[in-house]
Amino acid sequence: MSQADLTPVPVETPTSQPWEPRIIAFLCYWCSYTGADNAGTSRLKYPANVDIIRVMCSGRIDPDLIMTAFAQGADGVMVCGCHIGDCHYIAGNHKTMTRMPLLSRVLQDFGIEPERFVHEWVSAAEGDKFAKLVRQVTEQVRQVGRLDWPGRMYRRGVGHGEDLQPWGDQA
Amino acid sequence: MTTNGATSDRQPGKLRLGVYWASSCGGCDISLLEIGEHLLELIEVADIVFWPCVADFKYRTVADYPDGYIDVCLFNGGIRSSEQEQIARLVRRKSRTLVAYGACAMDGGIPALANLESTREIFDAVYHSNPSLQNPGHVEPQTHWATPHGDLELPRLYPQVLRLADIVEVDYQMPGCPPVGTQVWKVLQAVVAGEVPARNAAVRVGCDNRSVCDECHREKRKVRIKEFKRPHLAIPEPNWCLLEQGFVCLGASTRSGCGALCPKAELTCRGCYGSAGLATDQGTAMLSALGSVMDAVTEDRANELVGQIADPTGTFYRFSLASSALKAHRKP
Ligand code: SF4
Ligand code: SF4
Ligand code: FES
Repeated sequence: MSQADLTPVPVETPTSQPWEPRIIAFLCYWCSYTGADNAGTSRLKYPANVDIIRVMCSGRIDPDLIMTAFAQGADGVMVCGCHIGDCHYIAGNHKTMTRMPLLSRVLQDFGIEPERFVHEWVSAAEGDKFAKLVRQVTEQVRQVGRLDWPGRMYRRGVGHGEDLQPWGDQA
Repeated sequence: MTTNGATSDRQPGKLRLGVYWASSCGGCDISLLEIGEHLLELIEVADIVFWPCVADFKYRTVADYPDGYIDVCLFNGGIRSSEQEQIARLVRRKSRTLVAYGACAMDGGIPALANLESTREIFDAVYHSNPSLQNPGHVEPQTHWATPHGDLELPRLYPQVLRLADIVEVDYQMPGCPPVGTQVWKVLQAVVAGEVPARNAAVRVGCDNRSVCDECHREKRKVRIKEFKRPHLAIPEPNWCLLEQGFVCLGASTRSGCGALCPKAELTCRGCYGSAGLATDQGTAMLSALGSVMDAVTEDRANELVGQIADPTGTFYRFSLASSALKAHRKP
C-alpha cells in the first residue's frame, strides 16, 4: 500500500485542449443505470464529461471509492440510486442516504466543494432527470474549476522528497 | 524466513537497537519503558546505539556508523520537516530493519490532523493569534538567518505530515498511540530471538488481524443508532456497545491488538491502531460502517442524524489522516 505511494504521480502536461471537467458517476444497476440507458434510448443529449460506473446497488458504493476517484484526478463525483423505498435490495439505499451526506461533510473538510459531489435518486424511467442532472453537475463543476488532486499533492512534495538540506550525514 | 533473515547477516555480539523520534509527542519513547522489568532483559542482549530521548547521540555519530550497523531501528513520529526527512533517510541507510513505530510513523497520527490546515494557518495559530502569546514583533522562525558568526540554517516545515513509508522503505509497521507494553515486549522478544526476517514489506506487527470490536467485551444488542451523543455530555451504560448507544466508537474500523483498552474504560475507541482488515482508509471505513447502523428510513431523519455527528473528519481520521486517500486539505 505505502510503497505504491512512493511512485511519483506524473503532473499532467498542459495541452492545447481546453480543460473539460471529468466526472465519475456511480449508478446502481436496477434504477439509475437503466435511467441513464433510458436517456440514451430517448436520444436525450447530455455532456460527455461523465464516466459511468455501474454497481449493483448504491448501498455497495464504498465511500472509499469516491475518495479515491477524487484522489486520482476526478473533478466531480455523482452517486445515483433508486428512490427511497424502491431499492432492489430493499434497504441498500438507506445506507447511501446516511453515508453520502456524511461523506459530503468530510469532503468539504478536505476542501472539496459541495458542487463536486452530488447524490441523487434516479429511477429507471427518469432518463430526462438523469440527463438534466448530468448537465447541471457538469456546469457546476466547470464553475468551480479544475481539482487536479494528484498534481496538487505532487507539487506539495508528497512522497518525492524535496529540498534536502545537505547537513546531518555530512555534517 | 528469508535469506537475509535476522540472524544470517547480523554482526556477532549484542543486538544494536536504535530509537528515533520525528514528528511525535514522545509517548512512543515512553511506551518502550512500559515493558517494565523486561527492560533489564533487553539491555542484557541489546546495545542502544541511537536514542536521542534518553542519551546524547549526535547525528554525526550515526552518520559515521557503517551502513546497516543498527540492527533494528524503531522510528516513531511522522515526517513534518526537512530535518525529519533527512534523519529518516539516514537511519534507513544505517539500519538493517526499520520499523515505523506507533500511529504517527505509520499513519501520520494526531499531528497529521493539521493536514487539514495550511502551513500559514498553523503559523498564525502558533505564533500570532494564540491568546496566550505575546509576539508584538510578529516574529516567526526562519529557515535562513545571517548572524555575525555565520549563516544559520534551520529545518523547513513541510506543507503536510507524511508517513515514514512515504519517504523511505519500511520493513515493519507497529500501530498504536502508543503501542501497548505487552505488544512491544512481544515484538522485541521476537526480534531478539531472531524470529523475524530483517527486511519485510511494511508488514504490521504488534497487533492482531481483527477489529477492536472483536476483542471488546461490551454487549452488542443489534440495535440501530437513534441519537448521537458526545462522550463529555452523557454517561454510557456499562457493558453495552458504545456505538449502539450513540457514541462514535471507532472499534469497527480499527485493528485489534490493544485488548480494547478504551471501551474497557468506558471510553470510545479513537482508532489509534489504524485501519483494520484490508482497508487502507480508516476514515471512510468508519463512515461506511456508521452509515449502515443509523436508525433512519427517511432522508430527513438521515440528515438529522448525520448533523448530530461532531467533527466527522477529525473523529474518523484522528490517527490516520496521512494514510487517507486524500491525505491533506487541498489549500496550499
Ligand atoms: S463499537 Fe466500540 S463499544 Fe461497540 S463493540 Fe466495537 S469497540 Fe466495543
Ligand atoms: S481501544 Fe482504540 S483508541 Fe483505545 S488503545 Fe485500542 S485501538 Fe487505541
Ligand atoms: S438497487 Fe438501486 S439503490 Fe439499491
